[in-house]
Formats: sequence, structure tokens, C-alpha cells
Amino acid sequence: MGFRRFLAVLSARNLEFLRDRSALSWNIVLPVLIVFGFAFAFSTGGQTLFKVGLFGQPQQVPGIERFLHLKHIQFIPVESIASAIPKVERHQLDMLLETASGSYWINDQSANGYLLEQLLAGGENRFHKQTVSGEAIRYVDWLIPGVLGMNIMFSALFGVGYVIVRYRKNGVLKRLKATPLTAFEFLSAQVVSRLWLIVAVTTLVYTGTNLLVGFRMYGSYLTLFLVLVIGTFSMICLSLIIAARLSSEETANGLLNMISWPMMLLSGVWFSLEGSPEIIRQAAQIFPLTHMIEAARAIMIDGAGLWDIAPRLLIMLAMSVLFMTIGARSFKWE
Amino acid sequence: MSSILQVDNLVKHFNGVQAVNGVSFSIERGSCFGLLGPNGAGKTTTVEMLEGIITPTRGDIRYKGEPTGVAFRTEAGIMFQETALQEFIRVGEILELFSRFYPRTRPIDELIERCALGEFLDRDVRRLSGGQRQRLLLAIALINDPQIVFLDEPTTGLDPQARRNFWQLVNDIKREQKTLILTTHYMEEAYELCDEIIIMDHGKIIAQGSPRALLKEHFDHSVICLPAGEVPESLDSDSRMRLHRANGQVEILSDNITASIELLIAREVPLTHLQIRSRTLEDLFLELTGRELRS
Repeated sequence: MGFRRFLAVLSARNLEFLRDRSALSWNIVLPVLIVFGFAFAFSTGGQTLFKVGLFGQPQQVPGIERFLHLKHIQFIPVESIASAIPKVERHQLDMLLETASGSYWINDQSANGYLLEQLLAGGENRFHKQTVSGEAIRYVDWLIPGVLGMNIMFSALFGVGYVIVRYRKNGVLKRLKATPLTAFEFLSAQVVSRLWLIVAVTTLVYTGTNLLVGFRMYGSYLTLFLVLVIGTFSMICLSLIIAARLSSEETANGLLNMISWPMMLLSGVWFSLEGSPEIIRQAAQIFPLTHMIEAARAIMIDGAGLWDIAPRLLIMLAMSVLFMTIGARSFKWE
Repeated sequence: MSSILQVDNLVKHFNGVQAVNGVSFSIERGSCFGLLGPNGAGKTTTVEMLEGIITPTRGDIRYKGEPTGVAFRTEAGIMFQETALQEFIRVGEILELFSRFYPRTRPIDELIERCALGEFLDRDVRRLSGGQRQRLLLAIALINDPQIVFLDEPTTGLDPQARRNFWQLVNDIKREQKTLILTTHYMEEAYELCDEIIIMDHGKIIAQGSPRALLKEHFDHSVICLPAGEVPESLDSDSRMRLHRANGQVEILSDNITASIELLIAREVPLTHLQIRSRTLEDLFLELTGRELRS
């Protein structure tokens, strides 16, 4: 690989991005607007739905049937008591109910928890109350990794895939093909240029909004940065598949939308997939954005360490290798 | 002179359409070689196969006796018919970018001076006029100090001054003994610049040689031009006259100007607006490829 040629293309692509003021502003302004919008919209606690984590078979406790048929309560099966208690602490679950023993957990600072306790008890109380305490996780704390992830996804897919298709259509690639520049040098420069620009813009947006809104961050910034870099890299590699051969901007636009919209809806950007059908949760695993957002939320909200999120990092790296191999192998200058 | 590029039986099919059909020629080192032909004749396809942009269906292309490869891409300069450059990049920056692709380059300052780019070095490449843009593309084509330069319709869309200015630049390159391959729709341009031309039609070569030799080979007469209203229609059937009326003009093909003028005087044709011209490359082109409009 000719490092001089790689650096030349990298530098030209950086200049293009930084001088395209409208695209640059949009990359920064959009996520900031979304974060502030949701921070204000949910600052008064507008969610009225009760969420109850359920551990065990409901029929094990006599008298519970009446409670399970109450309206406006979402019952979410949980895998273990240990993993669900922190959610009660953070007000992500209003109550946790273990059907085998009849035990239930509520946060004694939660109004929803108190109301659910009264509903559960009904006339006769055969349940054993246990209380926890912890700070509420605001919707905006939960949302920030999703919004930033979505911004990264659009910037990676359209900023590399769409741009290369446009280069192919207007003859830039043809002109470059006539030089000693290789496809590998050209593609590497596109990937690296977009990678550092996205990382820089995302860091800037996170820092700026954090200063004003103040997010919960229980984990390590270094681990979060690693998720940002590997997640961004995997989505840029995905865009190389779109960029490999297409020369129609309209087709590229359609394909990119076909990939980005389902990814945005199913990767848990706006709402949690907890409680949604198993098939949907499994389908979401094919998107790199799902792993990036889940890993970031685990670090920020649950304080997960590198070891905890390592499987997601490995999945994103494996996806990157697969996408890049397909994209590079099928790449055509024209 | 020795041959720098040899082409043997070149064929290109696109989805069942035969764009180039068995073309062979060789190009002398240091010459200017022109490819002429109507739209769709196959000249751009031929040139793009020579440039290595598209792969031939069949045939052999040899640069300095070897198949074209990395050495060719390093030593060739190419100015495409239609090309875009990266957006938001300035003229000076684009020269710098391309200079970093090659191991050996000409000094950028020299190219800036030669192609008169100095006044707009800091201008975004999207904001150049047609002539400025063509001069920049020529500078990019010359940046690696190429031994062979491809110019694909380089003056299309330029005004007469810009075209003459461009010819001057091409003549300067010729003086450096570089080999030039030029495609053009302008016969005057080919006549002015090319040492040898081929005329292509329907993917085949239909004439080949130097412009002067081709004119001599195909035409042994001059043309007398008169306004149509001043030439009586009775002359149309005169067997001593080869006469053609078009666009309010009468063209009389004559291999003996004196005898033709004496005949016109005898028929009392006024000669006030008479013009005599030699046959041009455009006449030859139209004669060989036909006058009907191509789709």
C-alpha cells in the first residue's frame, strides 16, 4: 500500500467534509436538537404505563390472576432476580414480582411502585414486601446512546456509501482509476476519514449536551470510546457493500434507506425491545447498531466493564471483517 | 521513429452491441495521433481501452512492447472527455493531490505557469469557467510528466479563443516529443494538430493516414462557391459541371478552375460573390461517414 497516496486521498476527503458546511452543521445540530427535545419533553415524567418485571410462573401464587389482568400494566418476564433489581432501583421497572415465593420489590421513592403495591395487595396481603432505593434513570439518559448511534449510522452509511456512488456517477472514480492509486488505498482513506470525523463529531456532541443536560455515566469513558470506534467502523464497513458497484444515486438512496430505517426502528434507538416478540429481538441482533447501542447503555446506565461488553465488541468486529471483505472484493471503479 | 503503442484486432462488446470491431493500428513515439468519427463510432471506447479504463472483449494492446500495466499508468497522462473532481477542493489543492499519486512529477509551479492557472489557484474547482477547467484537467494530465498523453475531445464546448489557446498548449507539449492521442469532433483541430489520423465508423477504421495525404488521396478537385440565386438551374444538368445546391449556396466541384470559370462567364453568371476553396478534412469526413443525422 502506498501510504503517500492513502494520505493524499484522506486529506482531500477531510477537506471536502469540513468545507461542506451544511452537511457538517446537520451532523452536529440534529442529535443536539433531539437530545434537548426529549430532555424537555420527559422532564415532567409524562410516562403513565406501569412496568412490572415477572420472575417465575404466574399460576404458582393463588390470587395473582386478578392482578395480572389489570389494565395499563405491562408485565415483562425477567431472567433473574439479580439482573432485575437494578432496574427497580433505577425506576426502569416499577415493580419486580417473584411468583414462586410471593416476594415483590419496589423502589420506596417510586410513586408507581406504591400504587402497584396497593393494587397487588387488594383486600388480602399474602405477599412479602422488600424495598430498594436508587436514582431514577431519565428517558434522556436511556435515549442518548440511541440518538448518537442513529446519527453515527446515518453519517456512516450516507457519508461513505452515497459519496462513493456519487463519485462513480460523476466520473471522479474513473479519473482516479487512471492513476497508480489502488482500490484498497482509496477505500481505506474513505473509511479512515469518515471514522475519525464521526468520532470527533460524536465526542463533541456528547460533551456539549452532557454539560447542559448531565447524563448518567456509571462506566468507563475509555470503554465507551472503544464502543464508539468499533461500532462506527462496523457501520462504515456496511456502507462499503452499497458503495461497491452502484452508479445510480437514486438506487443507492433507496437501498441505504432500506437498511437504515429498519436498523433505526429495531436497534432500540427510541424504545426498548424488552417485552417485544422474541423474533423481533433476534432479528435486531443482525444490525451492528443494536450491539453498539446495547453496549453503550450497559456502560453508561449499568456501569458495565470491558469484559461485560466484550461479546458485543467481538460481534461488531466480526461484522466489520465480513462487510469489508464483501465490499472490497466486489468493488468496481466504474 | 519507433512505435510506442501497438493495437491489434481490438474488439469490445457491450450487452450484445459491438462498439469496436477489430481495430488495429500503431502509434509512433512523439507523434500526435487523432481518432475521428461520428457519435457512436467507437472512438471513445477505443481510447478508453487504450487508457486501461475498460477491458477489451478481445485483442491486444502493447505499450513499449509490453502489455499495459502499472508502468503504463505511471507514464500515461489522461484528460477525459467528461470528468468531475472532488468537491470543495481548490485548484492548487487538486494539483497537490494528483502529484502525490505518482513517484515522479513535474514541478507544480511550472504547470501552473504553462497552463495559466495562477489567477485562480485558490478557487473551488466547481467555480471554474469551461476554458479554465480544461486547462486544469490538462495540467493534471501532465502532472506525472507523461510519455504518452490522451486528450479525449479536449476543446468541446470551448469558445474560439479558448480553443486556440488550448491548441497552443498542445503544440507546446508536441515540441517536447511527447506522444499525443487526440479524439475530436473538430476537423480543423485534427488538421491543425495531428500527424496521423484514423477515421472510425460503426466500430471500424474506414480511413487512415496523415490529414494531407488523406485529402490528396480522396480529392483531386477544388470547390467553387456561388450564391444559389445567381446560378441558373439549367446549369444543373450540364454534364461539364459537378454541381451541388445546399443552404442557398451552389458548390461546383472542379478539377480545372480556369475552364470552369470560363464556362460560368459564357453562361453570363455574375462572379462578384465567387469563392474558391480547397477540400477540407470536414468534406472528407462527411464523404466517408455520410451526411445523414446520427441518432
